[in-house]
Amino acid sequence: MNPLRKQRLYALIAVLIGSLLATWLVVSALSENMNLFYSPSEILKADIDENVLIRAGGMVKQGSIEKSKDSLNVRFTVTDYQNELIINYEGILPDLFDENAGVVVRGNLKTDGSFKAIEVLAKHDENYMPPEVAKLIEANG
Amino acid sequence: MGSPPLFYRWSSKIMPWLGILAIIFLSIGLFWGLLIAPTDYKQGDVYRILYVHVPSAILGQSIFMFMAACGLINVVWRAKISGMMLKSAAPIGMSFTLIALVTGSVWGKPTWGTWWVWDARLTSTLILFFIYAALIGLYSSIDDKTKADRAVSILSIVGLAIIPVIKKSVDWWQTLHQPSTFTLTSSPSMSPDMYQPLLLCVIGFYLIFAFTLTLNLRNEVIDRERSKNWVKQIFVN
Repeated sequence: MNPLRKQRLYALIAVLIGSLLATWLVVSALSENMNLFYSPSEILKADIDENVLIRAGGMVKQGSIEKSKDSLNVRFTVTDYQNELIINYEGILPDLFDENAGVVVRGNLKTDGSFKAIEVLAKHDENYMPPEVAKLIEANG
Repeated sequence: MGSPPLFYRWSSKIMPWLGILAIIFLSIGLFWGLLIAPTDYKQGDVYRILYVHVPSAILGQSIFMFMAACGLINVVWRAKISGMMLKSAAPIGMSFTLIALVTGSVWGKPTWGTWWVWDARLTSTLILFFIYAALIGLYSSIDDKTKADRAVSILSIVGLAIIPVIKKSVDWWQTLHQPSTFTLTSSPSMSPDMYQPLLLCVIGFYLIFAFTLTLNLRNEVIDRERSKNWVKQIFVN
């Protein structure tokens, strides 16, 4: 490679490294703000004001969903398998909302430790399979 | 390949094949994916949107990497054709990124319960879309094509830093978007009768890219060389 081309190549590599470095600095400065939600453990550790809107996320605990018979009120527990958070919500739940499925809720943490959600989003995982296969896996534990 | 008249003749032979192959792969892949592949145990039929969403997202990112490679060649070796290639690929990559954003949104509403959320994966993909827009804007704001090529080449290298962020966003941070189904290190967490048609769709989308890129590049070559004799010869006869 002739010297001029080599010089241009080095300049470009420097540009790329600079750009990667700048991106890395931005991303690490944002650090935990890059997360969409907090886990129940993180929320219990932090001192969060009642009026601050936050997002909490985790798995819906098995057998914890209590639906009201005459309204859209629903109460369920979100767990990260270490700590739990009780969520109260009034509204329509997404189709994929279920026990043992991921969920992200937005709302306020009340002083009594419960969470009043104004939005519930279902999180689905990266596994795709036909229903028969899912049944087989469940049957085989 | 580097010489425009040679490229023009050679590409006219290869283009119909790219088109035919794209149609074959896409029609088999989409027919198989949308009608024959089994439904998902959790999402039902809604998951089938991934046969369009996943290939578009892959293309949106790999076209940008392709453009950065063109940019590098253009800056270091001053190969004119690589600048034209970069310019021709940009609108295609931008379109695929837009398709990925729109289909993702349409998929998000029935599954997550929202059209959009500002999580790391979605936001970084939106940034990629804006980088494409900036690149196209920068190109068209410079009259001298050689200078425009060089400016856009450098921007493509700068913009390359967003690609690893998009790719790793679902692993580094908590997002609403699920982690990757396909990884290099482990077997895919999708059953084979679902990912086989997806593979055909991905190949089909790459072929569409190759086809439209060749088409755009031919126009670009003719446009830039319009005062040359070989172009006059083609269009006078």
